Amino acid sequence: MRVVEKTQLMSATEIDRTLQRVAHEIVERSGGTVHLALIGVRRRGVPLAQRIARAMRAIDGVDVPVGTLDITLYRDDLSMVAAQPVLQSSEISFSVDDKDLILVDDVLYTGRTIRAAMNGLFDLGRPRRVRLCVLIDRGHRELPIEAAFIGRTVQTSDMEIIEVRLNEIDQEERVMLVERVP
Amino acid sequence: MIQPETSAAAETRIAPEQIVPFRFNDLLAIEPLRADEITFLLDQSKPFQEIQRHPLKKLATLRGKTVGLAFFEPSTRTRISFSTAASRLGADTMQLQAESSSLQKGESLLDTVRTLDAMKPDCIVMRHRSSGAADFVARHLEIPVLNAGDGTHEHPTQALLDALTIRDRLGRLDGWNVSIIGDILHSRVARSNIHLLSRFGCRITLCGPPMWVPPELENLARCGEPLRRVSRVEEALDGADIVHVLRVQQERLHEPKLPLDEYVMLYQLTPDRLRLARPGALVLHPGPMIRGLEIDPAVADGPQSCVLEQVTNGLAVRMALLFLLIGHGGEDLPAKDAI
Repeated sequence: MRVVEKTQLMSATEIDRTLQRVAHEIVERSGGTVHLALIGVRRRGVPLAQRIARAMRAIDGVDVPVGTLDITLYRDDLSMVAAQPVLQSSEISFSVDDKDLILVDDVLYTGRTIRAAMNGLFDLGRPRRVRLCVLIDRGHRELPIEAAFIGRTVQTSDMEIIEVRLNEIDQEERVMLVERVP
Repeated sequence: MIQPETSAAAETRIAPEQIVPFRFNDLLAIEPLRADEITFLLDQSKPFQEIQRHPLKKLATLRGKTVGLAFFEPSTRTRISFSTAASRLGADTMQLQAESSSLQKGESLLDTVRTLDAMKPDCIVMRHRSSGAADFVARHLEIPVLNAGDGTHEHPTQALLDALTIRDRLGRLDGWNVSIIGDILHSRVARSNIHLLSRFGCRITLCGPPMWVPPELENLARCGEPLRRVSRVEEALDGADIVHVLRVQQERLHEPKLPLDEYVMLYQLTPDRLRLARPGALVLHPGPMIRGLEIDPAVADGPQSCVLEQVTNGLAVRMALLFLLIGHGGEDLPAKDAI
């Protein structure tokens, strides 16, 4: 199976502009930032959450705590994947009890990652509210999960894949639509 | 390379750098492991250390899996640690205990484990009084076997939890001066620790009554410097960064007769003796600890003692191993050689 790039969905500037907008929306629609905290889902949700927190600091001067969540142990497909994934640490240095949490991930697709992330979060405590923020919503949900903050909605087919590349992880910055060809 | 099989796998697909670099079919001993494999096992234990701090410690990761616990030798802490590790991962356990087992009725080891295996556990954790028992069983079963102590040979999970404790407290494993005090000859804990720490260039000193520290032990480690043997505990402690105190197995004291009070006088780790070690040196003990015999209560409860951290870390290490051995689909696992 080969993979070919079909089109570029977002450039570095567009990613930055989108994250600025999302940061504004979060501040605007949260009714105060006192209890707010961001949780980046490994891997690419982590730099996205950090960037949104930085943008929020520029808007409101507020320091929003950022945590990191590794969902490997909560996946529902571990017995289906042939390759065993490496575990990484979740780093959440604050109590999630009574917090207004925003889960941050790069792509929302079936919703299974977010289901796993929520199970992980609720093992840590009882947040007051959990909302979801994604850079790309590509549809095809298999669970009743929706994002409150969306960078961009993209219509995709089953054969397509969204590739998010971020400087912190991939040493390049763009979002691509790629297609699997037999 | 992107090859998602299902839509779910496509969403949560695993990048090549996120795939486990080593395959462990069993964990029978520390001796055959390389330093990078040991480091990997310790790294994979870290997420499970966090879980011990969660208000909710129960995962569903191994739901539907069964861990067979075959303890042919009495054990409390290791058995509880493994069964707690399994249940925190969501796995079920089937337990076979020495006292109630049909071994008492004359069944052979192989028949017993084959019977257990026929109940279809996903792995077997076993302890046995004979050295090499876990290895023997592993050669006859397809499922992973985890050695929880075999005779005087090895106790690999104990060495791993000790290493994790050392790494947490001192920041690294490499290059420390380690003194092991007690009955080295009969100690599988000592043997596994020697193999592990010598991989990381630690200088190891063995100390105890001469009949328990025979000259053959000097060449036990396959790499690094030969082990140093000393008979005076003061000499062993001088400059030590880590002190491993072994349990005095009282059942062995009669072998060549050694009065208990003499052992206490010559080898007990006391606050005065511990002052000979480096400031802040760690004190480890595999348990069960007998206060007033091999260790002075003031040392056991002191700030340098890691005893309770060792117990907590044991859970993390065992969860990591169970996850690594049975927590995947396994389609691409090579079948173990049938003998």
